[in-house]
Amino acid sequence: MSSAALRHPLGLRLASIGFLAFWCVLALFPLFWIVVMSFKLPLDAFAEDSLQIIFGSVTRAERGGLSLADIVAGGALLWLLYRVPGLVGRQVAFQLGTARWGRVILVVLYALGITLMLSARGVTGFTVLGALAGAALVWLLAFSGEPEEDSGALGNVLAAALYLVLAAAFLWYVVPTVLHALDQVLSAIPVLDLLATPLIGVTAEHYRSVWIDKEFYRNFLNTMLVTGGVTTVSLTVGTLAGYGLARSSSNIAFWLLILALVFRALPHSVLVTGYLPPFINSREILQPLWDMPVIGWFLGLFSGTAPTLYGQPYAVIAVLVSINQPFTIWMLRSFFQSIPTELDEAARVDGCSDFQAFRKVIMPVMWPGVITTGLFSFLLAYNDYLICSLLLNSQNQTMVPSITQFFNSETTTTDQVQAIAAAVSITAPLFLLVMVFQKQIVSGLTAGAVKG
Amino acid sequence: MKRRTFWKFVGPSVFLMVLFIAAPLVSVLWQSFFQTIPAVESVEVETCTPGFPSQVCTTVLKSRPVLDEAGRAVTNTSFVGLELYRSVVEPEAVWRAIASANPGAILRIDFWRALRFTLTFTFVTLPLVLVFGLLIALTVNNASTRMRGPVIFVSLLPYIITPVIGGISIYWLFVGDGIVTRMIEHMLDRNISVMTSGWAVESLMMFYRVWHIAPFAFVIFYAGLQGVNRDTLESAMIDGASRFERLRYVIIPHLMPLIVFVTLIHLMDSYRVFEEVVAFNAQSQRISLQWLTYDFLQPDDSGTRAIGRASASSMLTLIGIVIILIPVLRQTWRSHKT
Repeated sequence: MSSAALRHPLGLRLASIGFLAFWCVLALFPLFWIVVMSFKLPLDAFAEDSLQIIFGSVTRAERGGLSLADIVAGGALLWLLYRVPGLVGRQVAFQLGTARWGRVILVVLYALGITLMLSARGVTGFTVLGALAGAALVWLLAFSGEPEEDSGALGNVLAAALYLVLAAAFLWYVVPTVLHALDQVLSAIPVLDLLATPLIGVTAEHYRSVWIDKEFYRNFLNTMLVTGGVTTVSLTVGTLAGYGLARSSSNIAFWLLILALVFRALPHSVLVTGYLPPFINSREILQPLWDMPVIGWFLGLFSGTAPTLYGQPYAVIAVLVSINQPFTIWMLRSFFQSIPTELDEAARVDGCSDFQAFRKVIMPVMWPGVITTGLFSFLLAYNDYLICSLLLNSQNQTMVPSITQFFNSETTTTDQVQAIAAAVSITAPLFLLVMVFQKQIVSGLTAGAVKG
Repeated sequence: MKRRTFWKFVGPSVFLMVLFIAAPLVSVLWQSFFQTIPAVESVEVETCTPGFPSQVCTTVLKSRPVLDEAGRAVTNTSFVGLELYRSVVEPEAVWRAIASANPGAILRIDFWRALRFTLTFTFVTLPLVLVFGLLIALTVNNASTRMRGPVIFVSLLPYIITPVIGGISIYWLFVGDGIVTRMIEHMLDRNISVMTSGWAVESLMMFYRVWHIAPFAFVIFYAGLQGVNRDTLESAMIDGASRFERLRYVIIPHLMPLIVFVTLIHLMDSYRVFEEVVAFNAQSQRISLQWLTYDFLQPDDSGTRAIGRASASSMLTLIGIVIILIPVLRQTWRSHKT
């Protein structure tokens, strides 16, 4: 039978295209609309007329705006930004992963990040511990093995990080400069200057006041600390457990997986109820450890007295890692199961111990699964509201819970637009993430379902 | 794999789960039977105001918290049995409502209000998510290959976005003079305010959840559709099955395991509904079970947290989770034994 028989009648085709268009509009419109509003002065953002919200006549008159030429050129630049990962991402990742200077970039990026963290949070035992752990990880990634082996993970991670940094710089510095220059050139030419007259009013002042005046960058750094910690720790612990569970058919493994499924269903507020009292009183509870002879001396290196865990990002990292463990080990287990056991056996025959087989033979082919699971760990930590808002104090607060501070104080319309700008700021990294990692996200979603 | 190596691999993960998931559960159960209240003592305070011919003095009994040497409030913890559960469930008020033939009064108690909302939310959104996800998957599957990439990209956005932010972005379309409210006002030619009606807020919260989770169902079903046996489809066509019959008797049975999977995940996740209440600022109209516990945990004006009551409501929330999981566990147990 030819495929002609399976072809759909015209009416059905039109209906399904219409439905898809409807769904796309529905999916995008709320997000599109908050982006539009965040760039307008309050008078425009809350205008009666929806056309005024889009074109922003007040904003245009007071702050200037985008011309037709800007929109076309800016659209082209954004399209370029979208296409870049698909066009050259693979080559760049390969280059970064194999060449020596890839490692140099990694070390420089890491040093930059640590400097930022230390300058924002001050030097404490825990930050130093975190920095040392990170340095160890960087060392493992960068200097174990010969650079000529294709270390796909390092390349991918570096390429993604580089892309994020460059995209942010591109959006903030390059695009405005190019558009401004374009307007200057066009407005000098008689007829074409129509193209350069501002059409849509746009202002970035709400972003400026949120990020700089209201110190949203602090929340951003806290989020980076928490999500970075959660992703690395839960992958480290999770890959070990996932591998063990995938390669064991014992009853214990089965019951552990079932228990993990039950744990996955627990409401987070239930667990936080259990954490709060010990976390608040942790100074008294943990003090005996600090008074012990050897252990106390060692712990004293990090802080003089036992810490109060409430409000500490490190405590929240531990909590989020544990809460995400059930999900992580289920997902990683299904990825490990897709790797044939013959590979382990071959490694064992060649004289590897279990752990060596895991590290030298299995991990190199596991990186796609690890990256996918890492993405979901990142998302769980990044999107968390409940745990961070209950276990962190305002000083160490991450971005998502701190947004309520903006819309609880919405006394003026300016505050409201600032809240919208903060919301858009939180969404922007996720948008880039979907752009770069679309394939991995889809494979992660289907991994658990299709294989059981 | 030998047992010892197995434990070496699984150990760290199990340790974390025991310390941060199992232990808190036990401690919550323990806490739910104990009430901690700050110790209070009554003192007579004499205040005098200068007056003529003599000063006017009044003594009042005041209660103040007892402080220890370090200047912290002393608390007394006592075993109260099921008292905390009673203060959450309020059985007397429930009986009174039933006795006076006014069941609506039950919904004025926070716990029952939260339970009602959580269950309605879970069971109304479930079919919507399944149907909507399947519809998108079917249409994308029939669309030309060039359209698929962009549609999947756009669909992932509502799923990946931070729940609170996604909820707020929909809230802003409807609140006060948001654009959609304006459009409805324009069509009806009268003033409406969406956010003052409890049912409107409730349906908006459900709409948000479907918007947020349908992409997940879509991606799963879409992956499943790639594996539908074309031969079966074609023989169904030769046998004269209509388009709908092919969907009903070939495609849906093929997707059945995935439908069960999405149902299970959705039941677990929407029973934990929480972010919607924050995003839609709905606590005065609609609250969920998880939000109820969250609210107990928030420090009140004097900085104390109702840990005991939070523990009791946590334990009550867990009953629902157990009920949701029982069929799943029975199923896995059966397939494990065979």
